[in-house]
Amino acid sequence: MKEPVYQVQGLVKEYGARRALALDYLEIWRGEICALVGPSGAGKSTLLRLLNFLEPPTAGSIYFMGKEFSAARPSMPLAWRRRVTCVAQRPLLLHRTVWDNVRFGLQLRGQRDGRAQVQATLELMGLTAMARQPAASLSGGEAQRVALARAMVLQPDVLLLDEPTANLDPYNVAVIEQAIQTLNREQGTTVVLVTHQIFQARRLAHRVGLLLDGRLIELSEVNTFFERPRDPRTAAFVRGEMVY
Amino acid sequence: MLEVLLLSLRVSGTALLCSSLLGIPLGVLLGLSRFPGRRPIVALLYTGMGLPPVVVGLFVYLMLSRSGPLGRLHSPWIPPLFTPGAMVVAQILIALPLVAGFTMMAVLEVDPALLQQVRSLGATRWQTVLTALAEARGGVIMAIIAGFGGIISEVGAVMMVGGNIAGQTRVLTTAIVLETRKGAFDVAIALGIILLTVSLIANVAMLRLQGRSLER
Repeated sequence: MKEPVYQVQGLVKEYGARRALALDYLEIWRGEICALVGPSGAGKSTLLRLLNFLEPPTAGSIYFMGKEFSAARPSMPLAWRRRVTCVAQRPLLLHRTVWDNVRFGLQLRGQRDGRAQVQATLELMGLTAMARQPAASLSGGEAQRVALARAMVLQPDVLLLDEPTANLDPYNVAVIEQAIQTLNREQGTTVVLVTHQIFQARRLAHRVGLLLDGRLIELSEVNTFFERPRDPRTAAFVRGEMVY
Repeated sequence: MLEVLLLSLRVSGTALLCSSLLGIPLGVLLGLSRFPGRRPIVALLYTGMGLPPVVVGLFVYLMLSRSGPLGRLHSPWIPPLFTPGAMVVAQILIALPLVAGFTMMAVLEVDPALLQQVRSLGATRWQTVLTALAEARGGVIMAIIAGFGGIISEVGAVMMVGGNIAGQTRVLTTAIVLETRKGAFDVAIALGIILLTVSLIANVAMLRLQGRSLER
């Protein structure tokens, strides 16, 4: 029996007159890596912001481990919010050292003694030698590894990843993908991965969903999604025939 | 001369401290939040940033004079005219818009996506505000430098509300005016050099602080 971490029901997000997202139903299961693919503007990042409780939905509800987040209940208590962390496409680091960036979330939680955790995470991400460097001096790939380390050190229940390897070189893509898999396997972290790259989805995910124009077209187990897609639009997307 | 220097530092230092304590939070508020009435406040602030000190002096003079709306209250919290307290009030009015305005601009420079990321990492609203301020620290130090520059070298307002009374309200700038008028150029030049040195030391100290904070 799969235990849902998120249950999304009748979710709508509008910005002015523009409807960015309209999901009838979506479940994210505990311990899975669920990839969401789709063209730009499909609503993937919007969905992540909602799953991160950063913006309230216009209508509908998100149940996070049974706790409701909706237009009527637009704020999630801090302790619950802190169980979910997002890594954005751009690294978005603070003007501090690598060490201080990685320690940042622990500091927010009032944890004074996070040395061992920070050190272990830096090591896992191959960042130990850069610990004392200013974050601003890093390359794009290194910075993204710091951004991921900063989220991982918090050991969140759910990690939301928004195009975490876009525009990165193969080495950094490999390090980041490996870290995501290790985190998922060893700590049971639930991962929601938004990506443009269907091959990355295939490599990492247990289930894959296709979003088009704010709607979830299909969400299935990874092999089904790629080999026996139910929807013709999924088939077209997988074959690379979808023009966007 | 030492007395004049110390009073200059005391008046401008107190005014700068008060302006920073009020102006930095105001700048952060205006930089980070959107609320009805924000635009007129920002317009007022920008006007205040270019306010001629003599106009501030005139305003404070009228307010604090015995027949003025504040002066007639005789409250222990309201300093009378021709005292260092009145000079501090005038200088606060000059420095506050500079500190608040530049702080607001510095905070506006912080990437909103970064602040959303900070929220995502589990920051409370208050922690997000403090992080924004820390990210804007270089600009905030510039705001304080601008405020200090605006008042340490200012003469019009302190002359009007202080009166340049020897031993009581005479500061470096008003002393320079007086000595020049008397024809005592050597004293005026000496005072000018002291003023420049004070300004230089203060700015170098703040710039070092800024440099150090930006290196991290």
